[in-house]
Amino acid sequence: MQIDYYIYLSVALFCIGIVGVLTRRNAIIIFMCIELMLNAVNLLLVAFSKMHHLKNAAVNASAGSDGQLFVFFIMVVAAAEVSVGLAIIVMMYRNIHSVDINFLNRLKH
Amino acid sequence: MGVTQILFWILSVVALFSALMVITSKNPMHSVIWLIIVFFAISGHYLLLNAQFLAIVNIIVYAGAIMVLFLYVLMLMDLKKETEPKKNRWLKLAGAVAGGSLLLVLIAALKKADLANQFAETRTGDIGLIENLGKVLFNEYVVPFEISSILFLSAMVGAVVIGKKE
Repeated sequence: MQIDYYIYLSVALFCIGIVGVLTRRNAIIIFMCIELMLNAVNLLLVAFSKMHHLKNAAVNASAGSDGQLFVFFIMVVAAAEVSVGLAIIVMMYRNIHSVDINFLNRLKH
Repeated sequence: MGVTQILFWILSVVALFSALMVITSKNPMHSVIWLIIVFFAISGHYLLLNAQFLAIVNIIVYAGAIMVLFLYVLMLMDLKKETEPKKNRWLKLAGAVAGGSLLLVLIAALKKADLANQFAETRTGDIGLIENLGKVLFNEYVVPFEISSILFLSAMVGAVVIGKKE
């Protein structure tokens, strides 16, 4: 499979995530769009690691496994991020009874 | 057009359509369901690239743990009652135009790149198997692995402290 198809797919998914972040107001959906962008980057990392492996397999049998481990670590960090972020959203809902980010333009209140 | 290409196009169409539905559906619950479909499509892509460990971890961690967490939070909040007021139409248009311009710029930049004979190997290669990844992870990446456990501990403590009622 040619690598540019994977690049275009990942770019499209990433831009859909960005449009979601910019247009929606629900904090949970914005959070989900961030997860979508992380997944687009993960897909591109895996595709590039396989490309690297195809070119350098004769020199180094485990060429490209670094990229897949980076994806693993991104997933680890995303899981930690989601747990803290959802706790913040729940606390925000408890205080102002809404998850609309327009109410959050002044964090003082 | 071989089986690999057909599977690639099917999975890509499913992923893109579901991603669009995530950002366009009104009900947040439907967005969560569509996002789970996106994650399954991306796991299919990982399987196609023979990255089996990441495919399983993606399903277990993302579709299994993270999205269930999102669903629980949505169910706790009961957002149905309050109908969110209509957003400014111009603001929405501006967001869509900004995202579309970024897509345009990236594609225009990639058109110039020399990628004609670069291939990602599909259905072969064994670096994505759990044996090889485990060897690399526990030989070269032991320290980041341990640090990520500390990160999880601090995230757990942070979530408990933030979510606690004062």
